[in-house]
Amino acid sequence: MKEEIIIAGFGGQGVLSMGKILAYSGLMDDKEVTWMPSYGPEQRGGTANVTVILSDEKISSPVLDSYDIVIALNQQSLDKFAPKVKPGGILIFDTNGIHNRPNRTDIEIYPIDAMDATLEIGNSKAYNMVVMGALLEAMPYKLPMENVIRGLKKSLPERHHKLIPLNEKAIEKGREILKK
Amino acid sequence: MDIKDIIRPENKVYSKPELLEEVHMHYCPGCSHGVIHKLLAEVIAEMGLTEKTIGVSPVGCAVFAYNYIDVDWVEAAHGRAPAVATAVSRLWPENVVFTYQGDGDMSAIGTAESIHAANRGENIVMVFVNNAIYGMTGGQMAPTTLLGQKTATTPYGRRVDLNGHPLEITNLMALLDGTCYVTRQSVHTPANVRKTKAALKKAFENALAKKGTSVVEVVATCNSGWKLSPEKSNEWMAENMFPKYPLGDLKDE
Amino acid sequence: MKEEVRLMKGNEAIAHAAIRFGFDGYFGYPITPQSEVLETLEELMPWETTGMTVLQAESEVAAINMVYGGAASGKAVMTSSSSPGVSLKQEGISYIAAASLPALILNVMRGGPGLGTIQPSQADYFQATKGGGHGDYHLIVLAPSTVQEMVDFVGLGMDLAFKYCTPSMILADGIVGQMMEKVVLPEQRPRRTEEEIRKQCPWAADGRKGGRKRNVVTSLELESSRMEVINHQLQERYREIEKNETRWEEIDVEGADYLIVAFGSIARICTKAKEMAAEKGIKIGIVRPITLWPFPTDAIRKAAEGKKGILCVELNAGQMIEDVRLAVHDAIPVEHFGRLGGIIPSPDEVVVALEEKLINK
Repeated sequence: MKEEIIIAGFGGQGVLSMGKILAYSGLMDDKEVTWMPSYGPEQRGGTANVTVILSDEKISSPVLDSYDIVIALNQQSLDKFAPKVKPGGILIFDTNGIHNRPNRTDIEIYPIDAMDATLEIGNSKAYNMVVMGALLEAMPYKLPMENVIRGLKKSLPERHHKLIPLNEKAIEKGREILKK
Repeated sequence: MDIKDIIRPENKVYSKPELLEEVHMHYCPGCSHGVIHKLLAEVIAEMGLTEKTIGVSPVGCAVFAYNYIDVDWVEAAHGRAPAVATAVSRLWPENVVFTYQGDGDMSAIGTAESIHAANRGENIVMVFVNNAIYGMTGGQMAPTTLLGQKTATTPYGRRVDLNGHPLEITNLMALLDGTCYVTRQSVHTPANVRKTKAALKKAFENALAKKGTSVVEVVATCNSGWKLSPEKSNEWMAENMFPKYPLGDLKDE
Repeated sequence: MKEEVRLMKGNEAIAHAAIRFGFDGYFGYPITPQSEVLETLEELMPWETTGMTVLQAESEVAAINMVYGGAASGKAVMTSSSSPGVSLKQEGISYIAAASLPALILNVMRGGPGLGTIQPSQADYFQATKGGGHGDYHLIVLAPSTVQEMVDFVGLGMDLAFKYCTPSMILADGIVGQMMEKVVLPEQRPRRTEEEIRKQCPWAADGRKGGRKRNVVTSLELESSRMEVINHQLQERYREIEKNETRWEEIDVEGADYLIVAFGSIARICTKAKEMAAEKGIKIGIVRPITLWPFPTDAIRKAAEGKKGILCVELNAGQMIEDVRLAVHDAIPVEHFGRLGGIIPSPDEVVVALEEKLINK
């Protein structure tokens, strides 16, 4: 098993922390993991992306040309990373604010209304966990939910542990919107 | 009376401090460093701090201070003595650390390290020897060189428009909350020597009591650099240096 | 604290490792991309647990001189910075090497010259391995490629520094500093007691306890004949280090047609490139120098035997390639591929470079 994933969007959308929760969940499932962010001024409001690799084997390069799964949360990221999905790979993107949709036919494409789903939950901070839910549903590697919860606990500071039920709910919501 | 009856312990009025090494000093005749070294050696021994004291010597004439006073020493890069002392003092809090710095070390290349160590209130003693000239390198201008004073790099006298103003670094130090004791002394008369010794003693006491940084400036002569006899140097210092750098305590908390 | 598996950024891992390996002091100044080292230490407050001192200095210059002072008094001390800050530290590093003091310096390299960029680079190879500051000296230079190695080299770097009384440097890059990986933190090593310090460092300026002869830590010697002796002693120690401490990793060197030599995180990108090239039938072996000084000269010479060419992949304009060329003496072609300015080459680019510069030439 090896999943090479990139999550890309605006700074502030929780891209890096989603990557961290994903990486921690993989760690809890006894996988090798790397989490490689774009860093610097980009963090502050510009675009942000993070490459997460989950694998049974020791991971070589933390930097990649192409990905098994791309998650794009704005038009800029979609334009940049949609061409980099490996043939047969998966592209998930949030439809909110997207005017140019990808037209590749050699990959699986999942448009999701993650922003709308988050509004239904009623807490905008849960946005990245809705996206995470969609990813967990789409990903061929089935990460057990119990290890995702353990990953959440590990990556969130203790004072935020009360938010875990909300995050769990958001992940479920994300799974549902992908199924639709 | 036989001479043997005179040379007896009870008649002894002076002896070389035990911590002063039996070596020839490299300082020029008439230089103030020798007297200041002697006072440090006396104060450290009298306070029973021989096994607790670590000195940090500078770059400048006093670079070889470690050859003369029999305590542990670290020789710092130019201007960095307060940074070196900061670490030694923090890592060995039961010990007493002092820096020995000239006017280049304290007020030119090491201004940042000096100000910040004092501003953090490091529990150290900073001995600052101000002779208004760079002695070691051959008599060039120091930040503390007086206006009109001739040096190798101000051959026609220091000018404000070319060289800026003499820097009163000790006054700056007194403004910092981290300093507990800031004083300016000299060693050109026996009375002044006694006062300087008392000032050094107070500074070491402050360090032991963890009261913060103590700065003891000694306005000093450099007869070689000034191109004056030792005697004339003392006169020149009193006439020209003291008005700009008046003696006395600037802060004592 | 027991051995522990965690997910951590390289920079955070350095901070945890410094505490776990029983360091006495850390002195630093913030600069991207390594500020998390100081931030993490301040957050962990080791002065409350192991008694380790942590101080944000007023500059890199002050920080390295604090390290000099701490090392001179026998303590286990370190600093960290990134390229422009490490340039500022060079004076202090030269003093530490000259005074034969143990200390650890971390450089999380960013692109230069000048203020440059905050993105990853390996352009300080020359600075780290050829001296850096003034005078004839070397640092033991360790190049980590994983977050785990960041942790391990804190311990190794300190141990080597104390073994040879010379400063060690961890030469990392922004990739390994900023990425998160699984790490195993070592068990807590207790800080040395005062008695242990005095036994290990009889030369230390820590106060003349017990009335011993005074210790003076200095690098000054104006008498040329004595200064020459001191220089020879340093050089003898460097020969000893070269003999005992050269470290490298080889991946599939046997049976390969071409060799890639790369260090740090770039070696991992090249490992991926090797896998991609294998699909095209190109057989590549990799030599990853772990100590950049001492450089694995003999290992590279041996690995190069029977190969058609060597590609040096570095995030610079061609620095380590000079040492590789010295190792193989032009017996086979040696080419360089590098990206500059903070750009990281993709594995694919490495394969293309190998094809263009060596295979199809």
